[in-house]
Amino acid sequence: MSGRVLVGVKRVIDYAVKIRVRPDKTGVVTDGVKHSMNPFCEIAVEEAVKLKEKKLIKEVVAVSCGPQQAQETIRTALAMGADRGIHVEVTGKDYDTLGPLQVSKILAALAKKEDAQLVILGKQAIDDDCNQTGQMTAALLDWPQGTFASEVSMEGDKVKVVREIDGGLETVKINIPAVVTADLRLNTPRYATLPNIMKAKKKKIANVKPADLGVDLTSRLEVLRVDEPPQRQAGMKVETVDDLVGKLKETGHI
Amino acid sequence: MLKCHTGSCLSHRGQLHTRAVIAAPSSRLYASQAAQLWDILCCHRLNYVYSNFSQESKSFAVNIFKGKIATSQVFPYPSVLNEEQEQFLRELVGPVSKFFEEVNDSAKNDVLEKVEDHTMEGLKEMGAFGLQVPADLGGLGLSNTQYARLVEIVGSHDLGVGITLGAHQSIGFKGILLFGNAAQKEKYLPKLASGEHIAAFCLTEPASGSDAASIKTTAVLSPCGQYYTLNGSKIWISNGGLAEIFTVFAKTPMKDPKTGEIKDKITAFVVERSFGGVTHGPPEKKMGIKASNTAEVYFDNVRVPADCVLGEVGGGFKVAMNILNNGRFGMAAALSGTMKGVITKAVDHATNRTQFGSKIHNYGVIQEKMARMAMMQYVTESMAYMISGNMDSGATEFQIEAAISKIFASEAAWSVTDECIQVMGGMGFMKDSGVERVMRDLRIFRIFEGTNDILRLFVALNGFQNAGNQLKGLQKALKNPLGNAGLLAGEITKRAKRKAGLGTGLSLQGSVHPELAHSGELTVKAIEQFGAVIEELLIKHGKKIIDEQFVLKRVADCAIDIYAMVVVLSRASRSLTQGLASAHHEKILCETWCVEAYERVTNDIKTLHSSDSRKLFKNLRSISTAMVDNGGVVAPHPLGF
Repeated sequence: MSGRVLVGVKRVIDYAVKIRVRPDKTGVVTDGVKHSMNPFCEIAVEEAVKLKEKKLIKEVVAVSCGPQQAQETIRTALAMGADRGIHVEVTGKDYDTLGPLQVSKILAALAKKEDAQLVILGKQAIDDDCNQTGQMTAALLDWPQGTFASEVSMEGDKVKVVREIDGGLETVKINIPAVVTADLRLNTPRYATLPNIMKAKKKKIANVKPADLGVDLTSRLEVLRVDEPPQRQAGMKVETVDDLVGKLKETGHI
Repeated sequence: MLKCHTGSCLSHRGQLHTRAVIAAPSSRLYASQAAQLWDILCCHRLNYVYSNFSQESKSFAVNIFKGKIATSQVFPYPSVLNEEQEQFLRELVGPVSKFFEEVNDSAKNDVLEKVEDHTMEGLKEMGAFGLQVPADLGGLGLSNTQYARLVEIVGSHDLGVGITLGAHQSIGFKGILLFGNAAQKEKYLPKLASGEHIAAFCLTEPASGSDAASIKTTAVLSPCGQYYTLNGSKIWISNGGLAEIFTVFAKTPMKDPKTGEIKDKITAFVVERSFGGVTHGPPEKKMGIKASNTAEVYFDNVRVPADCVLGEVGGGFKVAMNILNNGRFGMAAALSGTMKGVITKAVDHATNRTQFGSKIHNYGVIQEKMARMAMMQYVTESMAYMISGNMDSGATEFQIEAAISKIFASEAAWSVTDECIQVMGGMGFMKDSGVERVMRDLRIFRIFEGTNDILRLFVALNGFQNAGNQLKGLQKALKNPLGNAGLLAGEITKRAKRKAGLGTGLSLQGSVHPELAHSGELTVKAIEQFGAVIEELLIKHGKKIIDEQFVLKRVADCAIDIYAMVVVLSRASRSLTQGLASAHHEKILCETWCVEAYERVTNDIKTLHSSDSRKLFKNLRSISTAMVDNGGVVAPHPLGF
């Protein structure tokens, strides 16, 4: 067992920012807007670092796909305790159409190349809310998956994952190598301390191109339009139940 | 020549001492308080703080007193971070902001009157206690500009924590960074950087605040020469109850090598609580910065090893002044952050509050308040980063600018926060809004680290001394006119032009962006008039200028306004040149500021010129004297009882 864990981290618009749609309706405004690591990816990094601190794994490798700025996100992961980073350079049009299918192809290729025993991802990104990358990566690798994890424990050559599902909690035991996606209650990510940020400067980030991994980035999706949610209409107060029934009949609801 | 009572002053780098033109009887005078103050300011504070006493100073503020414009430190607006430093700083801003937003609870700290334990631990882990300690000794090795940027974040969230951190590293152990030898640095800095040991700066005593040279704590060298015995008490020491390491200033008896007389001179010491004999009083109950621990510290026969002397024996005053001078830019940076924070609250309120049918930001009265808040924050921020940039570029003369920035920042922050409460109305007064706490926290900033009143005197007297040297140089030249024909001709023409109301050829063209030309011209006019009035005052008052505190205050106010004009001109010029999206807005901020600052400067100069002002000052003085005689207000009640 290589003892290596691959963690995917995505650079997204910060959760506190007020999103604005671009005037040409092709997407949202990203220029000059504050970005940070996807919160679920932070939880994924934290889990990987915790496993390393418990000496259950040996190395944490942080991966991000995107333009130059993706390196900032990798650096944050390094400051949290990841050992090294891999920046998969994707820019321009390719970056605009980069989605779970492309990213999962990249992660699958890297997982094989790096001989990873575990791939930990956030369950979904807060910008597109796809919730697909983890699942697709496992499928492409033909590895078992433990998604929506609220607890992860290594048991020899298997991983026990407690999953948060609609009905409650489901516990599965899956063989290593495996893909795990982190849900909210898995852990509380640590604050990057300034000395760790300083130490992270010395850690390496390798640069890789998707072509080097033999990955085709063509998108099978085309975004037609992006709109703001419809403005909420004002409500109306009525005095009596009869008034209410009358109004409902008026507007054709009954 | 006014002689200094300490021989050291005369050894100033072997240059021709250009003392002030102010002539005085050469006997040592302690009789008049004026001479004493001059001595102290001149000999202690000013002489050694100057690295060169020559007339070729690069400091903008020093030069305006001579009616000159020295642009090297002010244009262009400094950009001192290289790519790596900038990248690193960007990475630090996020985690620090996050910590203060999510972990630190400023309201709780205020109520508990201490920084919560888990917050202190978090700050230590974060590395916040050793921001400027070199990396190889366990710190982050930040430059002044990087430090300023982080301190700005602290200032915008919690000034109580800001003071705890600042008292520790900006002054508490700064002496070790600036004056410590290698052994002292290695011994103390690592634990101070990690926060395992907290530091405190111990200068003030019950009878010695502004008059720091009069401290009475003593440190007597043992006969064997191995240790000093320290005795005395210090008051209002930030971190006094928490600190393990104290930078203590005490009087050490020293033998004058020439006369054999024993004199008391101040020496700085690094004192460890573990030396024994160090105790502290209970935490003081304060108006603001309640989370910061302030206590009396007592030294009772503390044995301080001789190798704990910081800097030179007898050179303690210099150590103290340098420490304070070195940390001053931090205050402007922190307060610019504080102002940004409260302005956001004011804007939020004005944007959402409806009265009389409109959102209140539509009303002129509110608009004026908001605009003034923005201008004051812009000036403060511009000053802070200009000074930190100058310091990082290796400037050695920035003490007047640093003093100006402290005065301006503390008064601007008070005024801005006050107006913010006003805009918010009753809400502003309520605890939950968080602004009243900021107001209470801010009050001390005009008092500690050099009261604004003393700093104004410092700015004015420092400027006068320099201008005086130039004048003295000219007077010397006058004794040999033929040999100095060129110099004199130039000076005569300059004064003739001035008298005729013509410009003397000074210009900021080429430094200032063309769109700001008018503001540049106002600044130049202000500097010309300022230089002229300074010369007049020097000739008129001579050494007695030191007594004329009413004059000195107004002179300082002019210097502050002029420096403020230049920093915004510099910053706005850079924004215009860089084509920033905000450049137009910054241009308006700059122009509006310069117009009003120019008016204030010309008014002050008018007062300084006018003969009526002497009467005014006389009246002010006599009112005060009567109040002192009466123990309060003098006029009896209008009702007669």
